Amino acid sequence: MIHARRLSRGYRHRAKEIEAVREVDLDVAQGELVALLGPNGAGKSTLLRMLTTLLPPSAGSATVAGHDIVTDPAGVRSRIGYVGQRNAAGEEQRVHDELVLHGLWYGLSGSAARRRADEVVELLDLGEVAGRKPGTLSGGQRRRLDIAFGMVHHPPLLFLDEPSTGLDPQSRADVWRHVLRLRRERGTTIVLTTHYLDEADDMAERVIVIDHGRVIADGTAERLKDDLAGDRITVTLSDPEQGARAAGIAARIEGTGEVEIDGSDIRVRVPRADRALPRHLRELEAAGIEVSAARGHRPTLDDVFLALTGRSLEETNRQEVAA
Amino acid sequence: MTVETASMRRGARTRPVKGLLRDTLVSFRREMTPALREPGGVLLGTIIAMLQPLLFLVLFGPVLAGGGGREQTWQWFIPGVLVMMCLFGPLSAGYSLLSELIGGAMERMLVTPASRTAMLMGRTLKGSLILLVQAVLIVAVAIPMGLRPDLVGVIVGIALLVVFGTGLGALSFVLAILSRPSGTLFYLVTQTVVFPLMLLSGVLLPLEAAPGWLRAVAALNPVTYVVEAQRRLFVGELAAPPVLYGAVVAVAVAAVGLLLATRAMRRAV
Repeated sequence: MIHARRLSRGYRHRAKEIEAVREVDLDVAQGELVALLGPNGAGKSTLLRMLTTLLPPSAGSATVAGHDIVTDPAGVRSRIGYVGQRNAAGEEQRVHDELVLHGLWYGLSGSAARRRADEVVELLDLGEVAGRKPGTLSGGQRRRLDIAFGMVHHPPLLFLDEPSTGLDPQSRADVWRHVLRLRRERGTTIVLTTHYLDEADDMAERVIVIDHGRVIADGTAERLKDDLAGDRITVTLSDPEQGARAAGIAARIEGTGEVEIDGSDIRVRVPRADRALPRHLRELEAAGIEVSAARGHRPTLDDVFLALTGRSLEETNRQEVAA
Repeated sequence: MTVETASMRRGARTRPVKGLLRDTLVSFRREMTPALREPGGVLLGTIIAMLQPLLFLVLFGPVLAGGGGREQTWQWFIPGVLVMMCLFGPLSAGYSLLSELIGGAMERMLVTPASRTAMLMGRTLKGSLILLVQAVLIVAVAIPMGLRPDLVGVIVGIALLVVFGTGLGALSFVLAILSRPSGTLFYLVTQTVVFPLMLLSGVLLPLEAAPGWLRAVAALNPVTYVVEAQRRLFVGELAAPPVLYGAVVAVAVAAVGLLLATRAMRRAV
């Protein structure tokens, strides 16, 4: 569905050349659900804007839904849906009118456009607000309307740029329900960006981590966690004096990775926390070291991001909200 | 690939001219629907456009009327009002485009395969139509008050006005596209440009009495020529040279405006 090769986009900012996207290679097969994950400014949106023909690449090439983004943008446009970050409905237009017009832009006949508009209104629970102007809609309703635009013409490939950003948890879940249903019922290929870690983790089958305009990891969430972060177990000792001895014992157990002592806590990297924990506890007990607490820890995608970049994505997001 | 979408089933896109016309109509419909649903807005705009010059007429009418009679005052004044309206309306036409560029509506439409030129044409067409309606309204209101225009002259005059307004509207769209993403440039230019353009065109005060330097500046202002042509047309001097100059200016502004706007729209991100 998507084949991008060395796709790049730079822009000038205060006489300095900034590479927003650097030589990205990307292949997405039909039917995949892919999340592009990365902090704000990582280049996710720029990449999406190139793939949707809104922005010409400064180097590299890509075909999207079988058509070249540079030489045949019209071919790409008629086969994709795009849900941008901003609200898609004109403020002066009524919801249903605007959806019909959107179908007409895609070349549907008047009756077909009306039918499709009715269909997406029904699908996205917008019936109540169909005759209203977008200014009177709630945040969640507006976002559902944005998604409705992306679906009117039944595109085989749908791009969503931060579909759930800024929504309350209920609306977020709601948006996801509709996106997943679209995929299930029509087999739509979906590429979306997000900076919510839990979203990428729970919903996407494939996560592509982007930082500073480059793809730095690509795989299923589980695979990324196994390969790049790994599990961890933490045991808390009753007597902190025993730390060095306990660490020594842990290090000798087969499969143990890095061992870290932090006060009375011993943290150990292991391939599978659930399997390693009982063994570690037995060995410590045999050595007469008393353990007051123990827990296994499956890594999050943030651990993956941390392992890759040395920064925490959650922390980066929080700082941006604060700034 | 077993991808089948709306536009692949349809033949229109294979005939570009037909597609352009069709998309222009879609764009025109999109622009007109809200205006027709709430015609009060257009009417209010017309009233406001007339209110300022009418106030001016009440205050300065006697001064202007010094030479001729009532009929002559109207003959001189209404063409000016029409051109003034032509400056305010079309030049602010870019405002709606700007707000849709700043919001996401324009971006959403730019991702569709519809013709971008057509999106622009539909908007321009709406502006021109509204200008036409307003001009006819103003003339219709002025006739019972004493305006006695030449019939052919007034028809040609309004046609000229619509051509000029179309060009100004297109330029306003260019300005809107250039003003992204903040829109500051748009407000800055429309606020600072309209007033001097108007004052330095003899719309409201006769330039004959102005000092030489002011007349020299006015001679550089394209609006001056349109105003003068309009006045000659209203009194039936269809063959007077100023009519030709005015027509050339109007057509030139329209051509340049539409050319720049089409290009800007094609490149719009």
